[in-house]
Amino acid sequence: MKKRYFGLVLYLVFAILPIYWMLNMSLKTNEEITGVFSLWPHQLTFANFRTILTDPAWYGGYINSLIYVGINTVLSVAVALPAAYAFSRYQFLGDKHLFFWLLTNRMSPPAVFLLPFFQLYSSVGLFDTHIAVAMAHMLFNVPLAVWILEGFMSGIPREIDETAYIDGYSFPRFFLRIFIPLIGAGIGVTAFFCFMFSWVELLLARTLTSVNAKPIVAIMTRTVSAAGMDWGVLAAAGVLTIVPGALVIWFVRNYIAKGFAMGRV
Amino acid sequence: MAKIELVGLGHKYPGNADYSLQPQTMTWQDGGAYALLGPSGCGKTTLLNIISGLLIPSEGQVLFDGCDVTRLPTEQRNIAQVFQFPVIYDTMTVFDNLAFPLRNRKLREPEVKSRVQEIAEILDLTGDLKRRAAGLSAEEKQIISLGRGLVRKDVAAVLFDEPLTVIDPHVKWLLRRQLKRIHQQLKLSLIYVTHDQIEALTFADQVVVMYEGQVVQMGTPQDLFETPAHTFVGHFIGSPGMNLLPCQLEGQSIRLGTQTLPIDSALAGKLASIGQPLTLGIRPEFIQLAEDGPTLDAEVLRLEDLGTVKLLTAQLAGQTIKIKLGEHASVNSDRVRLGFTPARTMFYADGRRVA
Amino acid sequence: MKPINNKAWLLVLPVVLCVAFSAVIPLMTVVNYSVQDILSPEQKVFVGTEWFKTVLRDPELHGALLRQIIFSATVLAIEIPLGIMLALALPAAGWRSSLALVLLAMPLLIPQNVVGTIWQIYGRTDIGLGGVALHALGTEYNYASNSLHAWLTVVVMDVWHWTPLIALLAFAGLRAIPEAYYQAARIDGASRWAVFRYIQLPKMRGVLLIGLLLRFMDSFMIYTEPFVLTGGGPGNATTFLSQYLTQKAVGQFDLGPAAAFSLVYFLIILLACFVFYTLLQQSQSADQKG
Repeated sequence: MKKRYFGLVLYLVFAILPIYWMLNMSLKTNEEITGVFSLWPHQLTFANFRTILTDPAWYGGYINSLIYVGINTVLSVAVALPAAYAFSRYQFLGDKHLFFWLLTNRMSPPAVFLLPFFQLYSSVGLFDTHIAVAMAHMLFNVPLAVWILEGFMSGIPREIDETAYIDGYSFPRFFLRIFIPLIGAGIGVTAFFCFMFSWVELLLARTLTSVNAKPIVAIMTRTVSAAGMDWGVLAAAGVLTIVPGALVIWFVRNYIAKGFAMGRV
Repeated sequence: MAKIELVGLGHKYPGNADYSLQPQTMTWQDGGAYALLGPSGCGKTTLLNIISGLLIPSEGQVLFDGCDVTRLPTEQRNIAQVFQFPVIYDTMTVFDNLAFPLRNRKLREPEVKSRVQEIAEILDLTGDLKRRAAGLSAEEKQIISLGRGLVRKDVAAVLFDEPLTVIDPHVKWLLRRQLKRIHQQLKLSLIYVTHDQIEALTFADQVVVMYEGQVVQMGTPQDLFETPAHTFVGHFIGSPGMNLLPCQLEGQSIRLGTQTLPIDSALAGKLASIGQPLTLGIRPEFIQLAEDGPTLDAEVLRLEDLGTVKLLTAQLAGQTIKIKLGEHASVNSDRVRLGFTPARTMFYADGRRVA
Repeated sequence: MKPINNKAWLLVLPVVLCVAFSAVIPLMTVVNYSVQDILSPEQKVFVGTEWFKTVLRDPELHGALLRQIIFSATVLAIEIPLGIMLALALPAAGWRSSLALVLLAMPLLIPQNVVGTIWQIYGRTDIGLGGVALHALGTEYNYASNSLHAWLTVVVMDVWHWTPLIALLAFAGLRAIPEAYYQAARIDGASRWAVFRYIQLPKMRGVLLIGLLLRFMDSFMIYTEPFVLTGGGPGNATTFLSQYLTQKAVGQFDLGPAAAFSLVYFLIILLACFVFYTLLQQSQSADQKG
């Protein structure tokens, strides 16, 4: 191992240890967690995972989370695509201001909007629905999606558009049949970031749901405050929240770096 | 400035069974302007990077004025290299860009200043020295990359790796002329890699043609045109390239399909000793429409008027053959008789010239 | 140059509508609250700038703002250089590169409260590996009772969580540098440091500005992670702006002051981001010229 990797490996150990520790705890019984200090489970048990995967109150949370994250990702990319095209290809009245205004939404602290959001979605009857959370998350995902996609689209020469129009393609047909396949990687990277920011968000998701759309992250917070902490189940729930993210990373690992390099810089 | 010798130099990239550069020996004279010409992937950039020290060859030696520099790091070789895309340090001014190699070598500031001034004058950059390099045009950036090489004293050679790729066509010739002027002024050894024959032939005194990892000919533009040493040189250089016709030796003459062309006995003796399939090569410029003497009969396919010349395409012994005719020439029948200039008729076996 | 075409607004319209629905209406609500005293849903009194004055004089806000600024500055000062160093150390390609990238990116995809939970467990001195290790080294580490320890733990947690983002960005920037730059630098005799200073850093400037922008915004808005880890304590050592705001709005139900506070908070971030954004635009136009 070369010297320059030494620091990197050290950092990776630092990065992985806390995650390993949670995994370790999730495979232990509560007696072992609180009783003996052990670096790996001596009494290996899957009971904690079984608890979660058999109790609808637990696994329902995962389903809720996946539903609103999915809706959010699809909607964010869908509305961001034409907008990013407009920003990358044309100048129009107020384009710079509009872009900055979009970015300001990425900058607004969710805490500022908690109460108004609650009131807004309650008044239109969307409270405790997946749509509400998806819409609220679009506030910070759409600006980012437009930003990343615009970078990718600017890398595609404009001659391609012009050729297609000369060949008699209408805008929608050109956009769907020619342009979107060209920026496939960009869409993948954008979807990754939408997924990531929506999946990890807690504050809005918790405020806008109560029962029917309650996300896993909110269910976990309730367990944390319950008397007689069930460490094992908590750790198992935590481990399970990492799984979708880890899968997504694995699939897009070769594009993550590229996505940013082509970003709006 | 230095004489560069390559001794048994060859290179295989790790994990590759085949040579990217076939082992070969050659000498590049001090102060010469060389062009390294060949199609993409023929090994010319590999050769260039070995000379500059960016790549350590897997076998053989590189000598600068007799000193072995094969394993010497790039910065100690006094090589200047200009790349395909302009490499400049964006955050620096033009002056700082030019001073960079000197400051890295810990030269004192007054000395740096006088060197940079000197080079800036040669390159017509004096007025731009205070400008930020990022704002310059592509050709100015290429000049600065060149300047960073020249600014060092005792530059052994300046290497160019297709430096005009990103330059607008209408300024290409300007830049090329500037390079020539600098070459004459500083008497530097220049090695210029390109895949464009016009660029190579107009720039260099000596053109080195590479093909499949091998130097197939090193010579003046005239040599390459008149006596190509390899069929590749024949068809790569010239427009259109050399006509290459498979043929057989029959006693004192050459058989092409059903026709024969007499040759002198010395040549026939030489060809007889080869014992390999022969190819006759002749450039379109050295074929004439003939009435008498040894001629060959060909079927006219088409005649194109290219302005100053006419290009005749004909069929001879089942092969297509191109002939360059004067602008007033005319062809009235659908068959012609062709005469080959004997001194410019070449014979190749296995690609290499044998006579 | 891009052609001028105001019909492009049609393409932007869906985004504008979507975001406006979730942004403009709530913002108006906040503005509305900030100038009224809400005694009950039916009884509201217009109070003008009264709440703003109260909020701006609130010593607790000053404390939270100061803590916030120190916190954001600290994590940025650690994460950006550390992220760059990691990116420089990452192998350029091959399975080692993939593996390191995946491991590195892991913390980014962990839900915020799970991040809090992980560190809550990890730092505990009875059942957490980190806490136990620190005790074994002879320290009196306890994030639940010692303000400094709590604060340090939040910083380490944030570094753990977000340094990978900077590393990924910087890595992407590095990969975009053509090989010829490094070759030219070798010919010019540049030292390792000069290569970094004059090639790598300038070429990474764009992505690093994005990273700085994202990290500044997100660290300034941090809420969930310290909430789960320390609940803002001990005392208010780790009570940052968002947390203070939420306490006020939800806990004490002071809608008017909370709304005024929200606006002030929002404006601070907006101002800072405007500065960053302008820098970003400038660097972009400088690159286009070059």
